[in-house]
Amino acid sequence: MSDHCRSPVEPLSLIRVVSRRNFVLGGAAAVAVAMMLRAGAVAAGEDTSQPTADVAAPPEEAAAGRIPVSSGLTHSRQFDEALQAILADAEPVVGEPLTLELPELAENGNVVPYTVAVESPMTDTDYVRTLHLLSTSNPQPVVAAFHLVPATGKASVSGRMRLAKTQDVVAIAEVSTGRVLVAVRKVEVTIGGCGTE
Amino acid sequence: MTNKTRIKLPETSAVGDVIEIRALINHVMETGNRKDASGTAIPRNIVKSLVVTFGSVTIFKAEFGPGISSNPFVAFYLRVPGPGEFVFTWEDDAGIKTVERTPLFVG
Repeated sequence: MSDHCRSPVEPLSLIRVVSRRNFVLGGAAAVAVAMMLRAGAVAAGEDTSQPTADVAAPPEEAAAGRIPVSSGLTHSRQFDEALQAILADAEPVVGEPLTLELPELAENGNVVPYTVAVESPMTDTDYVRTLHLLSTSNPQPVVAAFHLVPATGKASVSGRMRLAKTQDVVAIAEVSTGRVLVAVRKVEVTIGGCGTE
Repeated sequence: MTNKTRIKLPETSAVGDVIEIRALINHVMETGNRKDASGTAIPRNIVKSLVVTFGSVTIFKAEFGPGISSNPFVAFYLRVPGPGEFVFTWEDDAGIKTVERTPLFVG
C-alpha cells in the first residue's frame, strides 16, 4: 500500500453534493420521515433521541433514474453515460432472471469476487448475448463485457473486480429476444482498490 | 514476452455436459490512474480482451476494463459438442498476445 492510495478508508459520514431542489425536497422528505419514525418509535415506547437515518435522495440523473440505484450513494457522470450507451431506449427489467452475486462487505477493494448469471435456456432463439458489468463510482465505470453464444450452455460468468469505494455495482444482460435485464448490488468497501484511484 | 496462464477444465466430460472453464493470466492490469514515486503517471496497460474458440468456433469473448483485478480470472461455461481444442487468446494494451491451447477430453 503506497501513498497514491488516496482514500484507504471509506469515511463513515456520507458527504455529497445535493442540488438545491433535491436538498429542499430531500429535507422535506427527511422531516416527514423523521416525524413518522418518531411517532412510530413513541408508539413502540422506544428511545426517540436516536438520530434518524439520512434519507435525502441523491441527485437523480436521467440514466441512473432508470435503474434502482441505492439511495445515499453517489454515482459518477461517466457511469450515467456508460449506462445510457448500453440501455439506449430499451426498457430494462429489474432482477430475475438476472442475478449479480457480490459480497455485501469487501475488505479489500482490489479483489472483489463477482458472479453474473441469467436463468436462460441458451437455445438458438433465446440466449444471453452480452453481460455487462458496471461500477457506479470507480474512475472508469465499464468493468467488463462478456459475449456469449448458445453453445455456452449456461449464462454465468465469474471473476474478480476492483472497487474504489463503497458503491453500487450494476449488471446488465442483453437477451437475444430483445429483453434487457438489470441487477444492482451495493458493496461496502473497507479498503478501496488502489489501482482504480 | 507473454504472460503466464492457467486453464482449468474438468478431466473428463461427456457430450452435452455443461462444463465450467476457468482461465487466468498473470498480468499487472495497470489502470493508468496511478502515479509513480516521482509523480509521473504510470501508463495504462491492461489485458483488454480474451477470446476463446473451441474447434474454430468462438464460444466466449470478454472485454476487460481497468476495474478488473490484476491477474484477471474468468470462469464461464460450455455445453460440450464433442472432443476438441480450446484456444485462449488474451491481448493487452501493449499489443502483447498470449495464446494458450488446451485439449478437451470427452469420453
